[in-house]
Amino acid sequence: MTITQRRIVSQRLYERPDDSWTIDGAVATGAYESLRAVLAAGDPADVQAQVAASGLRGRGGANFSTGQKWSFLPAGSYPRYLVVNGDEGEPSTFKDRMLVERDPHQLVEGIIISAYAIECSLAFVYLRGEFALGHDRLTQAITDARARGFLGKNVLGSGFDIDIVVHRGAGAYICGEETALIESLEGERGMPRLKPPFPAIEGLYAKPTVVNNVETLSTVPHIMRMGGEEYAKIGVNKSTGTRLVALSGHVNKPGNYEVEFGCTFRDIIFGLGEGIRDGNELKFFLPGGASFQWLVNIDEHLDAMYDIDFVQQNLGTTLGSGAIMVFDETTDPLAVAWRLAKFYAHESCGKCTPCREGTGWIEKVLYRMANGLGRKSDFDLLIDVGSGISPNVATAPFTQTTLCPLGPSVVSPIASLDKYFRDEIMARIEAGL
Amino acid sequence: MSATPPERVIVTIDGVEIEADKGELLIKVAQENGVYIPRFCWHERMKPVGMCRMCLVEVDGVRGYPPACTTPVADGMNVHATSDTVKKIQDGVLEFLLINHPLDCPVCDRGGECPLQDQTLAFGPGESRFVEEKRHFEKPIPLSPLVLLDRERCIQCARCTRFADEIAGDPLIDFVDRSDQTQVLNFAGEPFNSYFSGNTVQICPVGALTASQYRFKARPWDLATAETSCNACAVQCRGALQSSSNRLVRLLGVDSEPVNHGWLCDKGRYGIGWVHSEDRVLDPHVRVSGELHEASWPEALDIVTEEIQRVVAAHGPSAVAVLGGARGTNEDAYAWARLAKGVIGTDSVDCQLGDGLPAEVVLGLPRAEIADIDTAVAVVLLADVEESLPVLHLRIRRAVVELGVPLVDLAPVAHKLTEFAALSERLVPGEQHQAAEFLRTRLAEVASGREGDVVVVLGRGSVGESSAGVVRAAAALAALPNVRFLSGLRRGNVHGALDAGLAPGFLPGRVTAAAGRDWFTNRWGSVPETTGADAAAILQAAADGKVHVLMLLGADPVNDFPDAALAQRAIDGVPFVVAVDAFHTASTQRADVFLPCTLWGEKAGHTTNIEGRVQRVSRRVAPEGTAMDDWRIATELALRLGSDFDFATVDEVTDEIATLSPAHIGVTSALLRRARDGVVLPLRDHAGEIIVRAGELSILADDGATLSWDPIKVEGAEPDAGEMEPAEAPSEAPPQYEWDRATPAAGTPGRDGYALRLVVGRTLYDNGVAASHTDVFAPLRRTADLRVNPSDFARLGVERGAHVRISSARSTISLPVHEDAAVPVGVAVIPFTADTDGAAMLIDATAPVTDVRVETRQ
Amino acid sequence: MAFSEANLTSAKAIVAQYPRPKSAILPLAHLAQDQDGWLTEEAMAEIAELVGETPAIVQGTCSFYTMFKRRPCGKLLVSVCTNVTCLVLGGPEVLEHLETLYTGDPDVTIEEVECLAACDGAPALQVNYEFHERMTPERAEDVVDGYKRGTVRARTISGSPT
Repeated sequence: MTITQRRIVSQRLYERPDDSWTIDGAVATGAYESLRAVLAAGDPADVQAQVAASGLRGRGGANFSTGQKWSFLPAGSYPRYLVVNGDEGEPSTFKDRMLVERDPHQLVEGIIISAYAIECSLAFVYLRGEFALGHDRLTQAITDARARGFLGKNVLGSGFDIDIVVHRGAGAYICGEETALIESLEGERGMPRLKPPFPAIEGLYAKPTVVNNVETLSTVPHIMRMGGEEYAKIGVNKSTGTRLVALSGHVNKPGNYEVEFGCTFRDIIFGLGEGIRDGNELKFFLPGGASFQWLVNIDEHLDAMYDIDFVQQNLGTTLGSGAIMVFDETTDPLAVAWRLAKFYAHESCGKCTPCREGTGWIEKVLYRMANGLGRKSDFDLLIDVGSGISPNVATAPFTQTTLCPLGPSVVSPIASLDKYFRDEIMARIEAGL
Repeated sequence: MSATPPERVIVTIDGVEIEADKGELLIKVAQENGVYIPRFCWHERMKPVGMCRMCLVEVDGVRGYPPACTTPVADGMNVHATSDTVKKIQDGVLEFLLINHPLDCPVCDRGGECPLQDQTLAFGPGESRFVEEKRHFEKPIPLSPLVLLDRERCIQCARCTRFADEIAGDPLIDFVDRSDQTQVLNFAGEPFNSYFSGNTVQICPVGALTASQYRFKARPWDLATAETSCNACAVQCRGALQSSSNRLVRLLGVDSEPVNHGWLCDKGRYGIGWVHSEDRVLDPHVRVSGELHEASWPEALDIVTEEIQRVVAAHGPSAVAVLGGARGTNEDAYAWARLAKGVIGTDSVDCQLGDGLPAEVVLGLPRAEIADIDTAVAVVLLADVEESLPVLHLRIRRAVVELGVPLVDLAPVAHKLTEFAALSERLVPGEQHQAAEFLRTRLAEVASGREGDVVVVLGRGSVGESSAGVVRAAAALAALPNVRFLSGLRRGNVHGALDAGLAPGFLPGRVTAAAGRDWFTNRWGSVPETTGADAAAILQAAADGKVHVLMLLGADPVNDFPDAALAQRAIDGVPFVVAVDAFHTASTQRADVFLPCTLWGEKAGHTTNIEGRVQRVSRRVAPEGTAMDDWRIATELALRLGSDFDFATVDEVTDEIATLSPAHIGVTSALLRRARDGVVLPLRDHAGEIIVRAGELSILADDGATLSWDPIKVEGAEPDAGEMEPAEAPSEAPPQYEWDRATPAAGTPGRDGYALRLVVGRTLYDNGVAASHTDVFAPLRRTADLRVNPSDFARLGVERGAHVRISSARSTISLPVHEDAAVPVGVAVIPFTADTDGAAMLIDATAPVTDVRVETRQ
Repeated sequence: MAFSEANLTSAKAIVAQYPRPKSAILPLAHLAQDQDGWLTEEAMAEIAELVGETPAIVQGTCSFYTMFKRRPCGKLLVSVCTNVTCLVLGGPEVLEHLETLYTGDPDVTIEEVECLAACDGAPALQVNYEFHERMTPERAEDVVDGYKRGTVRARTISGSPT
């Protein structure tokens, strides 16, 4: 439990808490230095190579290799668009908001370098609509960066043109899904698209498009500063580098912690988070946002390595968005499951039948169960309804009858209840509680 | 365009190997090979969206469960469409769809023909485990006067919203809200007034969308169905006409690849109402002491016969004239042509009422087929056709928007397809002749690399002048290489009537009176000695007192002829008017004898569409009153005039046409009964395209169970009967007429700085009898107004909607004025309505153009 | 109300930012809410004209997003999170307290919302999209009261700075 943070993307905001978001504060701490070097070198392919070598994986939740994603762009097809996914809405995830509010120049620099790498001259930041302060600071950062010649026509005399449009969302979790985000950016209802075609081939305005998360792009200037191979030395196995972990719930010290991959959940919850409040016992925790299966207070789970592939292969869940939600012994797991189901029912876009109808149904059954009106058959009903959305009942990676993963996400709490709390809940139902 | 045949692949579906075109959608390949994969959102004529998740299958080597509706087939693909997992998923989707569905099937129009009901029976669970409260919405709500929405029944398949946007180009409905509150809605105050809205009711897989006209009118198991062609315009969409208790209750679109792809316009779909209108005249009437009195058929026919005999004896046969005949069947038209030309001996016969094109142009131009639009080098529009030939507009829209066919838009006023045009030029009346030069110099810009024909849709963008301008344009266009025409005449069976000889100077089968004289004299006994007059000339002659008997075959010149004043003088100037009609009109007010005829739906026969395709129309109900088929009325009159046509059944008329009419040789009633998509005339040029079935044709839905939501197809009980033998005309048959393109060299009328050139366009819901006697159209009828370009509007200096005085050389009317950027500078647009305040008062039918002055009211 | 002259100029500039005008629907709807306090039908019709779509399409898009209020709403929009972290740390109690206090107050609209990304400060709420964290029923009351009395300046109903 002697773990300390390894600050890379959170370094500036830690170092200059009072003005990290201003152009002066940022430039004073090295902002846009990587950009200068990249433009001076004049080799977009090298940026791609460095990012590929770094092993960077998307920090939005899918953990897909960033270098590989960029490589899918069809050669010679222009214009191309870079779209930044800043629609952070996964319950308990609050790291991108911090990066946008407190280090917008780091993001802007990451966007410019990445756009340069993929030969794009117009980038969009799709920012969650509710992030009013983040919007103020990001638009200010863009204005200031433009004024200093980091953005716009002929960046720093390099001949490279790039502009950034900040596009505010308006309250829809599903727009965090990249194709729904593209739809929304096109002025449509945020309903996910069929894949294929994937955005790299036909994305925004049917043009080749890369969609990357805020944290992912905020990492890019550091990869260029350190070199891809150096960056890859941080972390463990194929989980390279650091990760911002958004820790919340019944811990003594909730917050964002930048950790090196390879630590354990125990390190994070009991080390950085300083353990459970009021001296209570840990009951269960959600290891990667709200959409994946829960883990509980056993050594196998707590001492599991914080490594994307290890967790997926051994624990049947994922590190998702990097959020960890901690619940102590006072928590009713049925209430948590119900509230998550209510969330997914509310946020379902309504496009696919199983998700549109199934999430609402599951929410209604869980509500009954959590409020003393459960029936003995309800548990089996939940599992069966859930299997209509995710036939393998949401073990990661889950199968789905829906277009996008939102539907199956509602099945994770059910599967988790079934796995860890079935006896407790059945006893409650029988007692009529 | 030279198309390379698609690569063939082998796929295995549930253990059966199937050969298919590579890239074809799995759901379609399966269906065509007898495996019906259940679905709700997929519709063959729209882009797949994969939303309802009913058609998920398993494919070896593919993770998860791809939807069959979005999966293209590839070689070696092994598909499981009925595995246990797939069945479990289908069960699940159906249960999900049903949890919030009201299950009010007993009071739902769709009950008994509901895909949700049927698929639940076939694929679904037996009972619901949903014990919670279902969602509730206010219901039903009108999306338009024609379409009602029950949001509780809706299963969010987006068929209606996709149709509105993708097919009709009228995105007036969309999803609103999200999650399980997702609903379809129009915008407040903007109803779903698409001309194609009824298609959404037909393709709705539940009873969420219902038609105000059909609601609670019938149960599907009580309906009798006949395959037919619509007669609301000259496209003649294929339809399934349904009746209950001897009343027509519904027309559904049938999917015909060459004609309508399953779509209908609302005028056609809901225009069945007039057949049972309270206003129908059910018995013959004769005028006695100035008043019309009911009479027996023999009485009425005898009076007509005597008057014709008297007039012919006194003034010669040319004193008898016949107007109309575009509303009936080919058989009706032929019998009347034979009566007029072979028995009475008059050539003053015209089925067009001054808004079409001269017969020699329509009959003599190189023709295109509707489907040629899909592969054309370019489509050229001289006029917007949405108001006049709505489903042709859909076909052009698809070709231009989906298939990338370049559109050359030369219409006088911008319209819905203008935004998709590759080239646009506003050719206002008097300028249409520039079309050919425009095309000659500009076509290569948009059509280079494309091979084949240019398809020109030769319409009248305005009836505010004579057809001379369009005729000149046609002559010049026809001189260009590889140009073919679709003549944009709108009246239901105008092409059938023209082909039957209901035009001056022509005899049946597209032959001139001169060329066909011997052939028809031999068979009919005689033909007219002199060339007769067209509609405008007939009316002029009538006004001058030179027409002594005027026979109106479903024609109402007072309301319908562009020059209303002339028409009124004409009717007033004829001593003896015979009306063959179903309703009293402004023109029949003057009738001396009224003979009630049957209407579409009450009579069998054939009609011919814009491309020259002959197809069946069916009798689905017994005629109202003592109404008689037009061909039978002609036969009865002929008999009284001493000529026995010897027609006992309509088939005998069809078969005489197939023997006598050069263009129709071989097109017998027996062939038409088995030709799936009818026969394009002349048969000898199109024999290879005809799909002939050995058995009687019948209408089948794809799954053989539910009519009316999957595209309805016409199929025979037996497989194809093989290749058609091309029918050869006898060597002595007269040749078909080809237009020599000799046109009078008219000057180009200039516009002065103060006048606006008048454009008077037809509107879909007009004052014709079909539209005006069908109740549901009443709120949709447009009132007349004047639209001008914003700059001309600004010059007037009046408020929007203010009344202004519009004067032509003929008359002055007063209408509200609006600005409209679609209207070019210097042009005044008025929709054609027959109100006394309408444009018809301004028009001089003989003038090459009409110019008007607009003044603010004092 | 229709867009003011200044906002119409902004609106046109926004449309011009995008390769396709339809993309401007969301930003224009925010702009309309900034001006009118909610998203009126008149505004949707005007947006439709500006982006070249039908009002039905604009309504379809806007109705998908919870931040667009298609009914009149108070000058202060208080969004209380009750998603799981806030659920177990007192969010529902904050919501209930505010609802009791402000039901019937035309100036204040209380709404229950999903996770606001402020879980380390749970329970959290926003007033016109300004974050307020570590709420208790009493502290929440003070926060809203401060805005109501004007001691704290509120953003617009769509969260733009004023």
